[in-house]
Amino acid sequence: MQAYLVSRLITAVWVVAGLTSLVFFLIHWVPGDPVEVMLGESTAAADRTALRHALGLDQPLLQQWGAFLSGVVQLDLGSSLYERQPVLELLRERYPATLELAALAFLIALVIAVPMGVLAAARRGTVWDAGAMGFSLLGVSIPNFWLGPLLVMLFSVTLGWFPVSGRSGPDSLVLPAVTLGTALAAILSRMVRSSLLEVLGEDYIRTARAKGLSPFRVLVRHALRNAWLPVLTVLGMQLGALLGGAVVTETVFNWPGIGSLLVESIQRRDYPVVQGCVLTISLCYVLINLVTDLLYAWVDPRVRLGQGRY
Amino acid sequence: MRLGWAGLLLVLWTLVAVAVPWLPLEPDQIALETILAPPGGAQWLGADDVGRPVLDRLLVGARTSFWVACWVVGLSLTVGTLAGSLAGYLGGAWDRGLVLVMDIFMAFPGILLAIALAGLLGPGIGNLVFALTLVGWVGYARLARAQVLSVKGREHVLAARALGARTPRIVARHLLPLISAPLLVEATFGVAAVVVAESGLSFLGLGVQPPDASWGSMIRDGVRYLLVAPHLVLAPGAALFLVVLSVNLLGDGLRDRLDVRTRRGMAP
Repeated sequence: MQAYLVSRLITAVWVVAGLTSLVFFLIHWVPGDPVEVMLGESTAAADRTALRHALGLDQPLLQQWGAFLSGVVQLDLGSSLYERQPVLELLRERYPATLELAALAFLIALVIAVPMGVLAAARRGTVWDAGAMGFSLLGVSIPNFWLGPLLVMLFSVTLGWFPVSGRSGPDSLVLPAVTLGTALAAILSRMVRSSLLEVLGEDYIRTARAKGLSPFRVLVRHALRNAWLPVLTVLGMQLGALLGGAVVTETVFNWPGIGSLLVESIQRRDYPVVQGCVLTISLCYVLINLVTDLLYAWVDPRVRLGQGRY
Repeated sequence: MRLGWAGLLLVLWTLVAVAVPWLPLEPDQIALETILAPPGGAQWLGADDVGRPVLDRLLVGARTSFWVACWVVGLSLTVGTLAGSLAGYLGGAWDRGLVLVMDIFMAFPGILLAIALAGLLGPGIGNLVFALTLVGWVGYARLARAQVLSVKGREHVLAARALGARTPRIVARHLLPLISAPLLVEATFGVAAVVVAESGLSFLGLGVQPPDASWGSMIRDGVRYLLVAPHLVLAPGAALFLVVLSVNLLGDGLRDRLDVRTRRGMAP
């Protein structure tokens, strides 16, 4: 287990370092001059040179890269070009909203998907199964930037149950979380179903049934336990997709999280903030995947004692 | 049955996308007297906030999403398959290099990278295609590599090598045909993912630029008039939803027909 832990940690560190550099070079490689953004195009050349020097933008790229990396390690992500505020502070202001949204969306997805997937597998081929899979198909096919406005139209405008947008209290969280959680619920219910169906075909399930255990007990104690494993691995990746989806959902609902900060900063060409947002979301993603992998190894001895994933 | 409807819709989508330049459409025709006109009457689907016909813009949007999907899936499938199968077959340093690169790309939520990239490159269809391809090729590479690893030890590959066939020939003639089914299924779901991604980026204002029409930017513009003119959001959203639903149905059908096991949800 320890060797596995260490190897996973090393991979995670490598991935984060690679990721950080990728973001850095992408931003410096694409056209667009931050100094021009800050000063406007009409300023004197001398002013621009001075600002460029002050920001360290006249240094060789590799040196800038080194400075950026050492900044990241010291949790210094630079300052916003627009707000004149440290990036880290901006991120700190915004991340609770995103966390709140993602957590509730995840919870909603679990609450919908697990019973639905189990029901579909246990009652395979029935109308329950068809209904669950129909929902799943609709759920993966409906884009969240359309589902959001539809929900607003129904629940905010017509029924008046929830606020249209913004973050003003617990009830303002409901529609964004449902919007964000739907796709995950759809994917997850499919995974639960297919994974459970596979396990239900195993010999030991037949044995358990032959012993005379109740169908419920077979399902919960024998099948579900093993069906969880494949679901767990893909779940980590899906949580990443959830974070990506949060960018769009936050924009739809004017939700003041990191996603909407990212979109705002892109529109203002506020590079340090863009860098910070991408870095934060990616870090979360890497962390989630690391935790899922470790959880997986902890749950399944075959992983921790055997080979890695490749 | 369901597959029939889906197929019909996709054929329609393709036809519209190809035929748009020859149709008598006026997607940019501003008309003050029809501002926010509801569906029905002279304009079937009503008009938008500057009086442009929604139906015409919808059809042009169909063309946008179709070609973006074709380009992105075509490019990522080609690049990904080549990189993945070559690395899988050659092994060694090539393979380790590719796995490292893939690890980094997989550590990124794809849509996030696409958003950041499209935003930084500046809006426009070319940049959009580039950003989505850069994100998209990894999935195919990973799949192709895994598939090649599982079949490269088969006797017929060994025989081909013993007969002196070179790597490109072995990959093209003896490996690719064996691994094409899962790639095809993945590419089908890829089309759905790209259509959503294109609209999503355009919704965020990072994709297709005005006055050009995209379903995503139509939804974004329509949201402001949600209370008075819901058709501005309903029409493009429904078109988008139906196309994505049809593609997903087709993908499911193909997967069952070709008997491929995939893990869904790798899409950007």
